[in-house]
Amino acid sequence: MTVLSLSKALNEGMRKAMEDDPKVLIMGEDVGKLGGVFRVTDGLQKDFGEDRVIDTPLAESGIIGTAIGLALRGYRPVCEIQFDGFVFPAADQIITQLAKMPMRSLGAIKLPVVVRIPCGGGIGAVEHHSESPEAYFTHTAGLRVIACANPADAYSMIQQAIRSDDPVIFFEPKRRYWEKAEVDTTTTDWWTPMDKGRVVRPGTDATLLAYGPMVKTCLEAATAAEEDGRSLEVVDLRSLNPLDTPLVLDSVRRTGRAVVVHEAPVNNGFGAELAARITEQCFYHLESPVLRVGGFSTPYPPSKLEEHYLPDLDRVLDAVDRAFGY
Amino acid sequence: MTVDASRGADAPPELVQLLTPEGERVEHPDYDIDLTPEEVRSLYRDLVLVRRVDLEAVALQRQGELGIWASLLGQEAAQIGSGRALTDADMAFPTYREHGVAWCRDVDPVKLLGMFRGVNHGGWDPKEHNFHLYTIVIGSQTLHAVGYAMGIQRDDATAATIAYFGDGATSQGDVNESFIWASVFNAPIVFFCQNNQWAISEPLEKQTRIPLYRRASGFGFPGVRVDGNDVFACLAVTRQALKNAREGQGPMLIEAFTYRMGAHTSSDDPTRYRVASELEAWKLKDPIERVKAYLFKNELADQAYFDSIEAEADQLGADLRARCLAMPDPEPLAIFDHVYSEPHALIDEERAQYAAYLEGFER
Ligand SMILES: Cc1ncc(C[n+]2csc(CCOP(=O)(O)OP(=O)(O)O)c2C)c(N)n1
Ligand SMILES: [Mg+2]
Repeated sequence: MTVLSLSKALNEGMRKAMEDDPKVLIMGEDVGKLGGVFRVTDGLQKDFGEDRVIDTPLAESGIIGTAIGLALRGYRPVCEIQFDGFVFPAADQIITQLAKMPMRSLGAIKLPVVVRIPCGGGIGAVEHHSESPEAYFTHTAGLRVIACANPADAYSMIQQAIRSDDPVIFFEPKRRYWEKAEVDTTTTDWWTPMDKGRVVRPGTDATLLAYGPMVKTCLEAATAAEEDGRSLEVVDLRSLNPLDTPLVLDSVRRTGRAVVVHEAPVNNGFGAELAARITEQCFYHLESPVLRVGGFSTPYPPSKLEEHYLPDLDRVLDAVDRAFGY
Repeated sequence: MTVDASRGADAPPELVQLLTPEGERVEHPDYDIDLTPEEVRSLYRDLVLVRRVDLEAVALQRQGELGIWASLLGQEAAQIGSGRALTDADMAFPTYREHGVAWCRDVDPVKLLGMFRGVNHGGWDPKEHNFHLYTIVIGSQTLHAVGYAMGIQRDDATAATIAYFGDGATSQGDVNESFIWASVFNAPIVFFCQNNQWAISEPLEKQTRIPLYRRASGFGFPGVRVDGNDVFACLAVTRQALKNAREGQGPMLIEAFTYRMGAHTSSDDPTRYRVASELEAWKLKDPIERVKAYLFKNELADQAYFDSIEAEADQLGADLRARCLAMPDPEPLAIFDHVYSEPHALIDEERAQYAAYLEGFER
């Protein structure tokens, strides 16, 4: 067991993947000497050289487009998008090419490209540095979309994403980069498949469904709710596409109540999909409608206001209260 | 490709320069400038004052009053020279580092601090100053600038736009598309690229194998490289380019060859990727020192004048600090303001819900 921060766990995971497979490449802006603005690729260029850890020109469309070409030639590029808000210049390559080319080729082409995106707010940043763009990608067929929430998952999920023959959009909760936990890097026995969710706290009265940065918030809310005599189950979805539907439905059938929590706007957010699926498939188990907690239908606000925009313990518990009010 | 170890501190040959680092006036076959002593003093004042605004902001960030700051240190001449070339009717599209241009457009420096302090995303009315909001997404504004120029063209107005961007930005698709649009439509625009040698940790050679100004010829318009630390040259070249644009001669690319003396932003640690000797070489080319030397040598200003400018800078810095600290935090419900120009049912509903939620805490 070693204690790793989430960013270091990603770093170790990529290092392992690069050692295991010489076709794995890292590409992005400032990923070389600087080690990325969050230091997630720290030291990799020093150890694997400039041919495998590539400081690209400043152009996100170029990063993803050339990663596709490298993948066509048998490489496995891991692309870093510096901040969530800067994935949009690459949206065309991701949505029209990366996601669709394998099907277009009738399966002849595999595109094992990983797109790493630090996501979410809470770090006091300026505009475009706190976005939660996951729904754009879960709405695009052909992309696996996953989100890690803790160092151990960061370590295992990045390696699984790199091994996957499908394109993977990999969300990293940037405000949790510095949080530390024990990670067993000696075996893969404990790994949860990257397309499965996990109950991270069992409970009986209601289910909190979250992923990425909000998992921790939900765990804190569950601890606080315990004092009010409420037992909340927390599910870390881990994978948004595919969604681990059986896990979600099983939990909600047991508790009878579901609250979805994400930083992205509620309106047309990923929570809408969860709410619809739960309602369709376990309607008779529900004691209350599925409730959603998330960002407002506004652009992400200036940082002095982000504490209002971001779901926190109080807003989660407020929704739980409402769920019990039915 | 050969890599220049001093990163251009030895002036490359094709550079337009009118004032040497030692403060000597030099001639250039294509560009000249005739400035009155008063005008030179005024440029000097601009340079000193924007540097002070910047230093104060750096300090405010270190003290936790700003979340982040992007320093213009070293790029004062490029910004003041080009900014002072603009007429009131011209329109400027900045990045996030154009504090010197903002100064020339009469944007109150305290308004620049808003977005860095996290109270807003951009605190001035672009129409009031003909100075657009800061754009963080690299390169986007260059297309806006071309579109604006196309509007000027259609209005038959006597004006031009200027688009600011960095060396890193030249790799973006948007910037290359803006070159194409400007060229095809012969738009009245000046592309002003501040090549400060670095895009965060990436040196220029990660973006280009040819001098950036030479990119222009491939798009079908002229390009020129100017000493970006020479305020006279920046003013002369930009003035000419804007005049040409206003007169219907189309776009031009100006590469202002300069250096980012500070970190990329306050969040950055340049010791991880660049050597100190580079900084030392560029210190000798300081944009302010050479104007001061020129003023001294030609007896256009005395010590009392320089002292008075220092005093004015001190006053400006103190005033900026006081007003930064006094800046009110935005009201929570401001989150819902200005999302749409017309009433919007969902926004209204969410505003009301959140107001009720907040009231629950007050009770
Ligand atoms: C589309 C986009 N990608 C990445 C970033 C992150 N980023 C901010 S500044 C910067 C480097 C810009 O370099 P340059 O264009 O040379 O301008 P400078 O900062 O040196 O003035 C990067 C990569 C961004 N703001 N926008
Ligand atoms: Mg630069």
